[in-house]
Amino acid sequence: MYRETDIIQTIPGTDEMVINVGPQHPSTHGVLHLVLTINGEIVKKVEPHIGYIHRSIEKMCESLTYRQFIYSTSRMDYLAAHTNNHACAMCVEQGMGIEVPLRAQYIRVLMDELTRIASHCLWWGSIAMDCGAVTPFFLAFREREMINSIMEETCGARLTMNYNVPGGVMADIHPTFQQSVKDFVRHFRSKIDEYDELVTGNIIFQSRLKGVGKLSKEDAISYGCTGPTARASGVSCDVRKHFPYEIYNQIDFTEITHTAGDSYARYLMRLAEMRESMSIIEQLIDNIPEGDYLAKTKAVLKLPKGEFYSRVETPRGELGVYIVSEGGTTPYRIKFRSPGFSNLSALDHMTRGHKIGDLVAIMGTLDLVIPDIDR
Amino acid sequence: MFSLENITQIVHTWLYENMHPTLALMVEFAFIGVLVIALFAFLGLVLVMMERKVSSWMQLRLGPNRIGPWGWFQTVADTVKLIVKEGMTPNNVDKLLFNMAPILVIIVSMVIMAPIMFAKGFQIWDINIGVLFVSAVSSLSIIGILMAGWASNNKYSLLGAMRSGAQIVSYELSAGLSMLTIVVLTGSLKMSDIIQAQETGWWLFKGHIPAIIAFVIFIIAATAETNRAPFDLAEAESELTAGFHTEYSGMKFALFFLAEYVNIFVVCAIGATLFLGGWMPFHVGNWEQFNNIMDYIPTPIWFFGKTFFLIFVIMWFRWTFPRLRIDQLLNLEWKYLLPISIFNILLVTVIALAGWHF
Repeated sequence: MYRETDIIQTIPGTDEMVINVGPQHPSTHGVLHLVLTINGEIVKKVEPHIGYIHRSIEKMCESLTYRQFIYSTSRMDYLAAHTNNHACAMCVEQGMGIEVPLRAQYIRVLMDELTRIASHCLWWGSIAMDCGAVTPFFLAFREREMINSIMEETCGARLTMNYNVPGGVMADIHPTFQQSVKDFVRHFRSKIDEYDELVTGNIIFQSRLKGVGKLSKEDAISYGCTGPTARASGVSCDVRKHFPYEIYNQIDFTEITHTAGDSYARYLMRLAEMRESMSIIEQLIDNIPEGDYLAKTKAVLKLPKGEFYSRVETPRGELGVYIVSEGGTTPYRIKFRSPGFSNLSALDHMTRGHKIGDLVAIMGTLDLVIPDIDR
Repeated sequence: MFSLENITQIVHTWLYENMHPTLALMVEFAFIGVLVIALFAFLGLVLVMMERKVSSWMQLRLGPNRIGPWGWFQTVADTVKLIVKEGMTPNNVDKLLFNMAPILVIIVSMVIMAPIMFAKGFQIWDINIGVLFVSAVSSLSIIGILMAGWASNNKYSLLGAMRSGAQIVSYELSAGLSMLTIVVLTGSLKMSDIIQAQETGWWLFKGHIPAIIAFVIFIIAATAETNRAPFDLAEAESELTAGFHTEYSGMKFALFFLAEYVNIFVVCAIGATLFLGGWMPFHVGNWEQFNNIMDYIPTPIWFFGKTFFLIFVIMWFRWTFPRLRIDQLLNLEWKYLLPISIFNILLVTVIALAGWHF
């Protein structure tokens, strides 16, 4: 019997049903709202509705000075606060023509890679949780905790590091920094094998991810995907390789790409990236040169009139910072090109025709951070 | 061998000597009801605590450790909270079905206790079709889940309930066939006969390969039938928030929760009875000394020990494996487990006819 109050209704004339996933839902990792059109278990359409955590960071930055605005970007991609700050600091340095001391460059790159490992660790835990296994989340947090402690030691903060300033880093590394990073890498080398044993090799996990959420190379490019999401589809887009910043051109590392383009490729991609980050860290940690950690800069920074763009490779992809300056102490306009936004736009294309369970897994492998999308 | 037969016999004769038979039967019913509810309370407390401790050990945590010694009263505190909490019925739900569903689910798990033999001479109802009774009654719980999912007037609940329906109906087949393997070997559906047949050794060891295959399939099917991870699609926390009991709160939710744990206990008890010899002590061939020592251990300890071992295995699954997808779940049943089960039952029939088992 049909009642006015029945929520369970199909779209007239079809067997399809509209269902809201989020904004409060365990697997959207934040306040993402997806409007799904489903036919039974099969997803027909995904419509992401964003804006629930929009804080107008770009507008706020217009009233902050070039030293101040960097800190508000820590709140964008809160799992990779250091790389966000890095991109902004680099953009200001580029505009001012500040030469960053070599020591600061080493420290920045080390911190970037540690951030990448920490972010991928959390992602590894959450993708396993999206697939229904809870235990990996706790294992991943064990390793992430060590990185957080290293960050706390040197930067004074665990999540929003605010360690980058125009011209270098805010403070010199802690005396025990090198030792604790080395300890961490040694520890993590054994633990990442444990990750493989527990999750990667699991037949249920593999069957959940393999062949699911395929994104072809062409689609990845046309949706503007970057980072591991695009590289898993065979797009070579590592900013560290193609537009080397800091000392990345002196480091020996390979850009990992997969061609399958499915969820499993994205999964393997990030695990391989963690290993690659570790080898970068190992190359740098013993060779940090002596010298200044911060270049001498003027007390008040004024960017010359013009437009400036810088980009870094965050754990999620390419973060671009675009500053338009009119010559004052504050930017005229700032635009962030956040990786999550473009990656999210491919979700609908990847999910159509798959099951609801796959939607969650695909969303997990995209590694979305909602504040990064909304800003 | 430790036996409760004398005690139950004394109570039985005393009641029938001093009372009208109908009244005596009623008193026995009341007695059994109290015992079953006490067992429910015990299982609710112990299994929830066990799950928390097992999961916390697997996840580098301590688990509850504040209330009472070693956190043992955490479940009591939770129960008090759930009882005090308002049992809310949302607007626009089908009120009758919504309120009936948890009761139906809990009644099913209560009824299914009847043929289980907890110790030597301690059984509620030694029905001659015990195994059939168990598999028949256990399939009723799906009605409660479907009712809950439909009546909640919530899309997540509906999806969860439909998943659960497909899942339980499918896995019932494998569970039934693997139980049948032991029935073929024993030649009886009666629980006490099945246990008696294992006096010389448990079916898991005596029944050759078919019994081992049946045991593995039974454990998988039991996990699926109780909606436990990796087959917890009906709840699927990361996909459907809480599945069929999304709209339930307070004691109504607690009843679903309790029924889940009691169902785990029941399937593990059935598994222990069929494959691991129920209350039968572990005996090794001619080791008289060893066998005598084993006989000294009371039979309820044997039964509960085996059952809790299987419960631990099922909990271990939950905290290790990711969840399957609905199509993979059904593929696993219809393409793998069911053909293997059917082949297995043919194999065991041949073995039983030829008398090749020990």
